[in-house]
Amino acid sequence: MVTRLNFLGVIGKIFIWTFLLGLVVIVVYPLLWMILNGFKENAELFDNPLAFPLDWSWANYAKAWNRGVSNYLMTSVLVTVTSTIATVFISAWAAYGLTRVNIPFNRTVVTLILGGLMLAPAVALVPLVKMFQTLGLYNTFWALLILYTAFRIPFTTFLIRAYMIDLPREIDEAAEVDGSSRWSTFWRIILPMCKPIIVSTVILHILFSWNEYLFAMVFTSGTGVQTLPVGLTSLMSKHGTDYPVVFAGMVIAAIPVVLLFFFGQRYFIKGLADGIGK
Amino acid sequence: MQTARNKAWSFTWAIPALALLGAFVYLPLVQNFGFSMVEWDIYSGSQEFIGLENYRKLVDDPIFWSALGNNLLYSVISVVFQVFGALVLAALIESIRSDRWRRALRAIYFVPSAISLTVAGLLFYFIYEPNLGLINFLLDVIGLEGWAQPWLGQESTAMLGIIAMSQWQGFGYSTLLFAVAIQRIPSELHEAASIDGVGPGRRFFMVTMPLVREMTGLMMIVTISGAFQVFNEVMVMTSGGPNNSTQVLVTWLYRSGFVSNDFGYAAAIAMVIFLVTLVIGLVQLWITHKRKVEW
Repeated sequence: MVTRLNFLGVIGKIFIWTFLLGLVVIVVYPLLWMILNGFKENAELFDNPLAFPLDWSWANYAKAWNRGVSNYLMTSVLVTVTSTIATVFISAWAAYGLTRVNIPFNRTVVTLILGGLMLAPAVALVPLVKMFQTLGLYNTFWALLILYTAFRIPFTTFLIRAYMIDLPREIDEAAEVDGSSRWSTFWRIILPMCKPIIVSTVILHILFSWNEYLFAMVFTSGTGVQTLPVGLTSLMSKHGTDYPVVFAGMVIAAIPVVLLFFFGQRYFIKGLADGIGK
Repeated sequence: MQTARNKAWSFTWAIPALALLGAFVYLPLVQNFGFSMVEWDIYSGSQEFIGLENYRKLVDDPIFWSALGNNLLYSVISVVFQVFGALVLAALIESIRSDRWRRALRAIYFVPSAISLTVAGLLFYFIYEPNLGLINFLLDVIGLEGWAQPWLGQESTAMLGIIAMSQWQGFGYSTLLFAVAIQRIPSELHEAASIDGVGPGRRFFMVTMPLVREMTGLMMIVTISGAFQVFNEVMVMTSGGPNNSTQVLVTWLYRSGFVSNDFGYAAAIAMVIFLVTLVIGLVQLWITHKRKVEW
């Protein structure tokens, strides 16, 4: 009986590991292929797409960089950094008010802010185009900053609020007794206590704004304001026959967020657990 | 105790968020409803009220229906792979004893979700490419060169090709979320079941599944809602072609408005997306309220 169970157990284990490692190959192989192709010559790519590059030259990376990727990268960094700061700050600010200040009609305010979670950005697209044209913000960096902030406030507030609810009220009362104003209680006491959820909302917002495509595509067209996702597709259409350069551009676009995820993984997972497990 | 002045001041905390949401999320939503009843040429600036004409056009538009069908197909396949597939996968990962392997697998599976849909879409555009793509090359290597075909270039395979890419890109994210949910299950429950002689397969159905039911429900809602908002991957890989076979609601909206200059019609398509996602959102609210979960 025991040996039969062990035998089945071993077969099961082999099966499971084959499956898990097979999946690793399915995930890693295309990525490896992308990286390798960034180092090839164009003719080489067509002759034998599976082979290793003949010589590892960085020429394609330099070409991609000079053909606009440096601009797209700068824009992406700028949009990502500013919208992350704006979104997380405004959301934390609102979350503090919703959990610790007696705002009249609190329930309605919560519904209005978190209700935004249900609305698809595409629904607002047509009116937003008209609005931004009227405001003169069309095809500017401001359009993306405003939209990324406005559309991500519900989700970010949802996560930070869920975390703040669990912080004891006595902290605020003690601070008030010590003569601390609401503002400094928020800034000096509550916000630092929310560090884990702040870090994970920052990571989530960076992932979002670095990769967002619909708004970036509709609201920007010049190279000075295009972010990487849109820039890559225009690199593709402009230099579509020079595939290795496109591959190099893709690798450049992918690296920052992959690194961010690997270094922030611990916080990221904890944040997801705290925020979504509620 | 609170004075009226204090009450007014307390709104300061909610105002930045409410103002941004009001101006750039809720106001456009309302305006969109108005635009959906207008014939609107953005270049000449002419707007003419035509009532429900755009909606009637919608009902008669075969591409609209096939786009809706593609969104449905998308959500069904995504629920299978990114909800139930990811749940099984997460349970397998969490049953591994080695801490290092668990962490490594979760991280590796997540990488496609970090590299963005644009990069993943472009990558798979090349993978499906008939002349240099991996798929046709691998088919050739294993002697199935007869199966080689222009995957994204023909109506019969293009949509499935895009959906397959989407599963590759997204399964790691939902697996990670399920792994997190499974970790929260007290280990005594598994141990107790194990002592009672319940095997790993039945433990999955009797212990794991019921205890991550909330996460499963949430993931289903998020996945279905996401499937009706697909845009990026289709735009990057096929732009809706060949012959409109890969149009989904948002790409058809984009095309109607920004390519065909028919913004009123685009707004009507947006109303359909709004209704679908609203219903899904309300179902979610209903579920979370029923379970008395803090929302």
